[in-house]
Amino acid sequence: MAPLADDVAGYLKRRARWSAVEIAFWVFAFATIWLLPSKHLILTETAILALFALSLDLILGYAGIISLGQAAFFGVAGYFSGLVAKYGIINEPVVALLCSGLVAAALGFVTSFLVLRGSDLTRLMVTLGISLMLGELANRYSNITGGADGLQGVTIAPIFGKFQFDLYGHTGYVYCLTVLFICFVIARRIVYSPFGLSLRAVKGNALRGDAIGIPVKWRLVAMYTVSAGFAGIAGALLTQTTAFCSLDVLSLNRSADLLLVLIIGGTGYLYGGLIGAVIYKFMQDWISTMTPQYWQFWIGLILVVIVLVGRERIGAWNEGVRAALARLVAHLVARPAVLGSAAPDRN
Amino acid sequence: MPILETIGLEKRFGGIIAAQDVTLAVEKGARHALIGPNGAGKTTVINLLSGVLKPTAGRIVLEGRDITSLEPHERVRLGMARTFQINQLFLDLTPLETIGLAVAERLGAGVDWWRPVGSRSAVTDEVVEIVERFHLADVMHERTAILPYGKQRLLEIALAFACRPHVLLLDEPAAGVPEAERHELLATIAALPAEVTVLLIEHDMDLVFSFADRISVLVNGGLFVDGAPEEVARDPRVKAVYLGEELVERI
Ligand SMILES: Nc1ncnc2c1ncn2[C@@H]1O[C@H](COP(=O)(O)OP(=O)(O)O)[C@@H](O)[C@H]1O
Ligand SMILES: [Mg+2]
Repeated sequence: MAPLADDVAGYLKRRARWSAVEIAFWVFAFATIWLLPSKHLILTETAILALFALSLDLILGYAGIISLGQAAFFGVAGYFSGLVAKYGIINEPVVALLCSGLVAAALGFVTSFLVLRGSDLTRLMVTLGISLMLGELANRYSNITGGADGLQGVTIAPIFGKFQFDLYGHTGYVYCLTVLFICFVIARRIVYSPFGLSLRAVKGNALRGDAIGIPVKWRLVAMYTVSAGFAGIAGALLTQTTAFCSLDVLSLNRSADLLLVLIIGGTGYLYGGLIGAVIYKFMQDWISTMTPQYWQFWIGLILVVIVLVGRERIGAWNEGVRAALARLVAHLVARPAVLGSAAPDRN
Repeated sequence: MPILETIGLEKRFGGIIAAQDVTLAVEKGARHALIGPNGAGKTTVINLLSGVLKPTAGRIVLEGRDITSLEPHERVRLGMARTFQINQLFLDLTPLETIGLAVAERLGAGVDWWRPVGSRSAVTDEVVEIVERFHLADVMHERTAILPYGKQRLLEIALAFACRPHVLLLDEPAAGVPEAERHELLATIAALPAEVTVLLIEHDMDLVFSFADRISVLVNGGLFVDGAPEEVARDPRVKAVYLGEELVERI
């Protein structure tokens, strides 16, 4: 009896233990603070994108909810953090960041009830619809948001009153990476907890989940809310590190890119969003120095290749992501034609 | 007072009446079998009892409480769990995780989002007990998807049992299990604790008559005969619709 009990307890806990590869990953990530000082600006963007992708992975990879509207939370929190800084309502960035996350989480909670039911396609449309509406509202109320010109005159106070954001992005990078790490640790605790396990089970078989006493609906609501909060923190980080916020934080492109990041990195193992974000950002950087005009064409092509090759190697790749692919590919390949007018996401 | 009662339960699918006027009483601690030909509506009754389907008419009372409008997970909390005729398992999880999940859920740890699954000894102790009772120890680290069918059937019951039900609904637990794995399964079902009330759907008449102390026969969605095994076996109407002559002789 005793050996079996130890085996059971050990096994259930072991899954949650940090592996050497994971530790190495994070040591390297923090080492870039000293190793790659000249890359801190793009690394900052990468860390923000990684956190944003992590937020989508939480609902897509762990709860099976596909979304094209993650930008809604990113954008709302982005504007919120910009406005509270601009009008001096909350000056300290970390407090503002937490409040922005809470605002996004509240929005996530309210809208979660709309995405609970329905097929993948319904969810894509509902989430897309919500972020489109918010984008249009931000445009309409340009007296608050600055409209197409963006939110001007934002100044971000030093972190804890001590660490000033600098032009080279050093402070910003350390800040973003630290926030990413903390959020990652929280996400990791969540997915290995009984709560996280129940979500994985529900994703695999909701009928049985219900039949063993799991309140499926409330678990999904909770995860969606957490995910929205994380997306909001990412959005607030972008505003805080750039001291600027414009309509593109709410754009469809932003949500679509996010799915692309997860397609590259894979879903359901937490690192997909992080690895995907690194590959995506550096690929974008590299391709756009070579062919500044048409980089999205090449990204689109790479996407098609990944997906066609990935069909054979199923691995960590999620079916839900694939379901969205057809739409995504069409969207991305169509983009180079309209690059001049709408290219909010290029840096 | 019966532990589980249905009163005039009815379920229509469009024009099809899958269950009609099912008034059934299951006594506390009973081994109650629900039998009937294919398509008689047995699974439909289990679906109604467990809340997977909502009845078009009638009521369900569990331990004196009307549960007709409750969600499936709420009925589980009140002490009624079921298995499925066709396995409904978490294929990507191991039996250990599956049972750990159900136990954690019942002990209220399902909302714990911070500590790892195995960190509560109340959970792990109970998981150990269930793994042993259902002979799953040797496969507990395998992915459920690759388990032999007989083990999957055991896990199907173990998962319902892990909810610590007062009433356990078993929908053809032995269906399709190969002869070699059958004995273990039947012995496990026979060894279920006496205090757990069991409502069993089964086609295997050996199992039904060795296990049940009461039998209800369902035909075309309606309750046909309801009584002790001997009565049911001798009932000429049951013989006509369902049971073969040779079975009656055996009893
Ligand atoms: N979801 C459903 N939709 C339509 N008809 C159904 C559904 N479920 C069951 N039925 C019908 O109800 C009848 C009873 O089915 P079922 O309860 O599965 O029978 P049993 O379990 O006794 O073999 C059958 O005629 C079946 O076709
Ligand atoms: Mg059936």
